[in-house]
Amino acid sequence: MKRWHTPLAATGLALAPAFALAAGAIEGEVKQAATNWHAIIMFFLFVAFTLGITYWAARRTKSASDFYAAGGGISGFQNGLAIAGDYMSAASFLGISAMVFDKGYDGLIYSIGFLVGWPVILFLVAERLRNLGKYTFADVASYRLKQTPVRIFAATGTLVVVALYLIAQMVGAGKLIQLLFGMNYTSAVVIVGVLMVLYVMFGGMLATTWVQIIKAVILLSGASFMAIMVMQSAGFSFEGMFAKAVEVHPKASEIMAPGGLVSNPIDAISLGLALMFGTAGLPHILMRFFTVADAREARKSVFYATGFIGYFYILTFIIGFGAIYLVGTNPSFLDPDGKIIGGNNMVAVHLANAVGGDLFLGFISAVAFATILAVVAGLTLSGASAVSHDLYASVIKKGKANEADEIRVSKLTTLALGVIAILLGIIFEKQNIAFMVGLAFSIAASANFPVLFLSMFWKGLTTRGAVLGGFIGLASAVVLIVIGPTVWVDVLHNEAALFPYKNPAIFSMTLAFVFTWLFSVLDSSRQASDEKAKFEAQFVRSMTGIGASGASKH
Amino acid sequence: MNEEVLKRVQSNPKFLELVHKKTSLGWTLTLVMLAIYYGFILLLAFSPATLGTPLGGGVMTVGIPVGVLIIVSAFVLTGVYVRRANTEFDRLNQQIVEEAKQ
Repeated sequence: MKRWHTPLAATGLALAPAFALAAGAIEGEVKQAATNWHAIIMFFLFVAFTLGITYWAARRTKSASDFYAAGGGISGFQNGLAIAGDYMSAASFLGISAMVFDKGYDGLIYSIGFLVGWPVILFLVAERLRNLGKYTFADVASYRLKQTPVRIFAATGTLVVVALYLIAQMVGAGKLIQLLFGMNYTSAVVIVGVLMVLYVMFGGMLATTWVQIIKAVILLSGASFMAIMVMQSAGFSFEGMFAKAVEVHPKASEIMAPGGLVSNPIDAISLGLALMFGTAGLPHILMRFFTVADAREARKSVFYATGFIGYFYILTFIIGFGAIYLVGTNPSFLDPDGKIIGGNNMVAVHLANAVGGDLFLGFISAVAFATILAVVAGLTLSGASAVSHDLYASVIKKGKANEADEIRVSKLTTLALGVIAILLGIIFEKQNIAFMVGLAFSIAASANFPVLFLSMFWKGLTTRGAVLGGFIGLASAVVLIVIGPTVWVDVLHNEAALFPYKNPAIFSMTLAFVFTWLFSVLDSSRQASDEKAKFEAQFVRSMTGIGASGASKH
Repeated sequence: MNEEVLKRVQSNPKFLELVHKKTSLGWTLTLVMLAIYYGFILLLAFSPATLGTPLGGGVMTVGIPVGVLIIVSAFVLTGVYVRRANTEFDRLNQQIVEEAKQ
């Protein structure tokens, strides 16, 4: 029975805060595997094809609108796939199937948390965002407020979220590629960094979107095939599949019921808030709403994205259960101690081998690599836009930047972010980074989301309220995570945490909303009354789309 | 948008109708989603055994169809909103935009 209990250090799953599954799930020491030629050849095919797309996109990317928003020419269906692609990271594929493999039902609870934010984004955010903004969410937050302070706040929120997410992805990528391809860590990180810079710098949003769409399609196809093979092994009966899994799993029928994932109601609700509203504050996701022509297509994007993401989570659930009896009982996937070779996060990869042989194993490994590339490209573009569109064009040049210069700044930032991402990936190789994605979601929910939401819904919001409240949300999310169990105990090795909860969102979001409100109502300046007066026009535009930026002509 | 267009849109009863319908549908569906999700979380926190109850004597438990239904409900709710917004609301919106131009 020992084989089910992989050491915590090898998987990180048990120690990691729940979020770690979303990105960068491979934690701790990883052994380099033997060179996997099928995977490498298929990965090269993917790279060659996507670089071809980048070349095609580069010839169509001329204006700032092309670079940041693919000229607004992406359809709702395509954007839905791209958004789903941003969400279906390698780590959510491997991490959630591993969690189902290990804990059964708890894996499903987890996926649900990640999905339910999407309908809320549709009902409250998507079309207003599309009607008011152009390239970044800061366009909306600063619509009727003072440009300089609000843009600086929004760019800070964006860059912090992007940096945390990028580090998690880069470290996860290095370790995953070591495991899957038998390539060393540093060269894996460098390859990811170089390719993401190529996609973004030359192909802009058009290439970034198509790389994401292609990856989403191959990932969904691969996962569908695996789920069908699992169902076939159980005679296409869910009862049959569950029965086989319960029979061999050491926790037996416990895997069919909720376990310890949600034991503390405050932590559970706080996690739910961070997942739900953090999604609505992730800059690289919000940016995708500007790539479609209008509010109508923006709505469709969320509908398709929700469908694809929900379908994907059902597939990972089936894959995790199938792995229990197809991988967990097969000696060829176990080391001499009876543990899963490479750790529990590898069960989906072993299952690929079990149901489709070496060639399909290579395919799934290549898909996992492609997934990381597509996600980091979107993050990089979002970070570059914050620097060039929000800081350079709006703050430094006061909105009078020449378009060619703005694009040049964006491309240089992309290059700089690539170098920084590679360096951080190497620096953080041996660090415990499990808290980073949790922190990114908490900051997105506590800083970006409250300001964005209040700017669209509350007439009384003023510049002072937005900037002070937003920074308080950001700071409190960071401080509470640092003094909470995930950093204070797991990373800094202190005895006990100063703050008892792993997920601070319920507190930091409240602080952000309360202080944004307080500083806004206390603001009796002349500027504040002007800002309130501009709300009516903003409201009409957010509802009707009159004056909204359209798709570019070509 | 100039002052005149703004006034014309704001005083158009169709605009008030659009705001009312869109806002109430958006918030109603948001509350439905929040109620479903937080109902589930509270059930897990306070009465986990409920979801672990076996279904029809087999190994399948109540929690499995409930979980899948929540995933499906998220998709269905987005479908309900998009269907109404992209037909009824957009038609109304189109008329408001046309009338604002005159």
